[in-house]
Amino acid sequence: MLDHELVNQTLSVAMSTGGEFAEVFVEDKRSSSALLDDGRVEELTSGRDRGAGIRVVVGGSTGFAHTADLSESGLANAASAAAAAARGAGQPGTTVEVSAITDSRGNNVLIAPEDVAKATKVELLTVADAAARAEGGAVSQVSARYGDSRRRILVANSDGLLAEDDQVRTLFSVSCVATGDTGMQTGRESVGRTIGFELFDQTDVGEMAQHAARRAITKLSAQPAPSGAMTVVVGPGGGGVLFHEACGHGLEADLVAKSASVFANRVGEQVASPLVTLIDDGTMAGEWGHFGIDDEGQPAGQNVLIEDGVLTDYMWDRLRARNEGRTSSGNGRRQSYQHLPMVRMTNTYIGKGTDDPAEIVASTESGVYVAQLGGGQVNTATGDFVFGMTEAYLIENGEITSPIREGNLIGNGPEVLMGIDALGDDFAMGHPGMCGKDGQGVPVGDGTPTLRVKSLTVGGTAA
Amino acid sequence: MSDLLETAKRMADRAVEGEQVEVFIVRERDTEVRAYNGEVESLTASESQGIGVRVVNDHRQGFAYAGTLDESILTETLIEARDNAGFAQPDEFNGVAQPDGVQPADVDLYSSDLADLSTDDKVALAIELERATVAADSRIAGIESAEYVDAIYESAVATNTGIALSTRETGCYLSSYALAEDDGEVQTGFGFSVGRSPAVLDVAEAAESAALRATRLLGAVKAPTSRLTVVLDPWVTAQLLGIIGSTLTGDAVLKGRSMFADRMGEAVAAPTITLLDDPTDQAAFTASTVDGEGLATRSTTLIGGGVVEAFLHNGYSGRRSGSASTGSAVRPGFKGASSVGAQALRLVPGSRNPADLIADVDFGLLVQEVSGLHSGVNPVSGDFSTGAEGVMIRGGEMAEPIREVTIASTLQRLLQDVLDVGNDLEWLPMNAAGTTLVVADVTMSGS
Repeated sequence: MLDHELVNQTLSVAMSTGGEFAEVFVEDKRSSSALLDDGRVEELTSGRDRGAGIRVVVGGSTGFAHTADLSESGLANAASAAAAAARGAGQPGTTVEVSAITDSRGNNVLIAPEDVAKATKVELLTVADAAARAEGGAVSQVSARYGDSRRRILVANSDGLLAEDDQVRTLFSVSCVATGDTGMQTGRESVGRTIGFELFDQTDVGEMAQHAARRAITKLSAQPAPSGAMTVVVGPGGGGVLFHEACGHGLEADLVAKSASVFANRVGEQVASPLVTLIDDGTMAGEWGHFGIDDEGQPAGQNVLIEDGVLTDYMWDRLRARNEGRTSSGNGRRQSYQHLPMVRMTNTYIGKGTDDPAEIVASTESGVYVAQLGGGQVNTATGDFVFGMTEAYLIENGEITSPIREGNLIGNGPEVLMGIDALGDDFAMGHPGMCGKDGQGVPVGDGTPTLRVKSLTVGGTAA
Repeated sequence: MSDLLETAKRMADRAVEGEQVEVFIVRERDTEVRAYNGEVESLTASESQGIGVRVVNDHRQGFAYAGTLDESILTETLIEARDNAGFAQPDEFNGVAQPDGVQPADVDLYSSDLADLSTDDKVALAIELERATVAADSRIAGIESAEYVDAIYESAVATNTGIALSTRETGCYLSSYALAEDDGEVQTGFGFSVGRSPAVLDVAEAAESAALRATRLLGAVKAPTSRLTVVLDPWVTAQLLGIIGSTLTGDAVLKGRSMFADRMGEAVAAPTITLLDDPTDQAAFTASTVDGEGLATRSTTLIGGGVVEAFLHNGYSGRRSGSASTGSAVRPGFKGASSVGAQALRLVPGSRNPADLIADVDFGLLVQEVSGLHSGVNPVSGDFSTGAEGVMIRGGEMAEPIREVTIASTLQRLLQDVLDVGNDLEWLPMNAAGTTLVVADVTMSGS
């Protein structure tokens, strides 16, 4: 992607004012998407983003600059700007020698999306539209989106690292509106994987559209969600968002280092029910949060964060790991070359339990069953977190009964983790997510078996 | 003419027979300084530019973008947009904007002070913000972040139908996120100060607000579930307005996603509610004189005295609904074609100050922060449920702090249940300004 000599020159400029560490991150990303709405293929979009981000670290201070100009002078200007921005006093004049690629990852894509005709992509949209509308007259609006991206990156740093990766992602989503006497309701389905167009050999977009339409129709007869603390069973896959918010963010070493996490200084302690083993795994091939190397050139890792309820480790990027004299766990990620990397999750999941999922529901006297979750949000300093339920039902006398309307659930991370009292022997990955932190979005995956939390507060309006 | 407008015109003029071409170009220079422990944690200096090209041919629309103004890639982008148009389905209302005679508002959104501010001065502001936040209260243990952020923004839109406008704007803000600690318990709070020029930034205001918000939550408990009056602080109201604004767009109305689609001329809110979208207001952080399609922006009264008076339109929704664009085309930067959206929402303030409004509440919750607006509020159905923290109000007095509760209603009911609108107006780094709002009969869900 960039001549090695140019990489060396750029790093040398970056280190010229006394930097202790410098890095150049080059990205070339092509994206394409197509949108159907209101019964019509509305628009196709193609995009190209290419540039480099250069960072220089001196002491506790990081200077960062980026440029879309990958010429020798463009890179030198950005490197000088990053060096000037790094505040601190170091020994100037370190030369950098990066000679050979230390790590190069290819993608294992079977069908490159760029080789697929646009007409074929558009066809998926019309199939989804027809399938959703076939679910009945209550379906009043359908939108469907196809998207793919190919992101090639190169990372080189003053420690001699020179690594490359080639990341291909493909995404499809359908959103429906159903209209009835009770107003309008929405239903959504999405699938996204770090693979090519072969995604559609595994995924029937018509079936996805049916699910989305049925979800919207079902909610037309939903009653207001209850309010107050109650037992909550989360179906397979959905619970990933819960863990992402309840403890995932709180285990990111940058927040821990600032004591902005309720999980700071708790390694070795029981922080969750003994049923819980939580793993963050960037190596899960094909999953939405998968990559070969992270955005600092570190190979993706499989990191056990909580084992049998005991906190074993945090997630690390290079900067935070450097301060602690350890290696990065492969969690240094960034939205694009225009952003500084920070600690981010990849694919976060809970291992299977031993309970029969049907029995988990049957043994719940009353509560809420959440079949599909929306996003969530957490305040890592207090541990309070919310997540949305986009398909949920009441549990009455051990049975799943009436659908309920949308809303958030709220809980406190450490309390909720300790309150997990059943874990199913099933497992599913959830929907592809875009995780936001400090204004940067990165693709993340998550997964869980069916699970039960003894008490969460359901944020509805009914008594 | 700005160099951006020149490039945009030159590209738009490459339209072939029977084709409409719209070119949007943006260039932005940003600085972000984050302070930590009295030093610069990170300093980002960035300059970015990009182009978005829309082609309409035979009523079919295609779009392409590139994050560079390299000549070879500009050509590739135009060709790609043209190719994309061939695969979309025709819609008679597709088209780029035509000049409509409305002149851009005569407001100056550019401050040369900001362009001239040295990096050292920016660093000093961030470091001073951290110091002032920690000094504001002995219980402030530190910060999660204290930052100075600015942007110098230039854009141009040109079409082969005669649109050619450019704009330049500056904006900056301070943002502090404080950690208060007492007896092992941690609470958080933030504070902002925003402006077009660094001269108006108020370090003390941002620092004290962050410290007050964090410390007043110390000792917060979960409250029992109840129905009560909520007092939404300006930051919370601004976020709510953003959601309501999204339901009042021509796109949502035409595509059957707006609960207000058939309510034009009807009372949908309490009579105290008058909601404007006014991007020509110089005080608005997101003010702009030109919209995403190159038309002059203008002020639109969406809800007047509780009655729906207008929807926002871009060119497409204006034509399709038989009206006209309200200059409300918004863009997600250069990486997408424009859609319809609010640009600078605000309520017309009421007559009473927030303290007096609180004194009138017998049993309520002052909500200072909400969470999960994206996951628990559905702008199509109107279902509204968010996490909340704040302070109980008992007998008109601020009482115990509250955390880990939700507040819930529906958007339809919230608007009808507004009891009063404060006389305050707080500009925030977002597309809506905040005003204190008192709303009756909201469910607080807790223990």
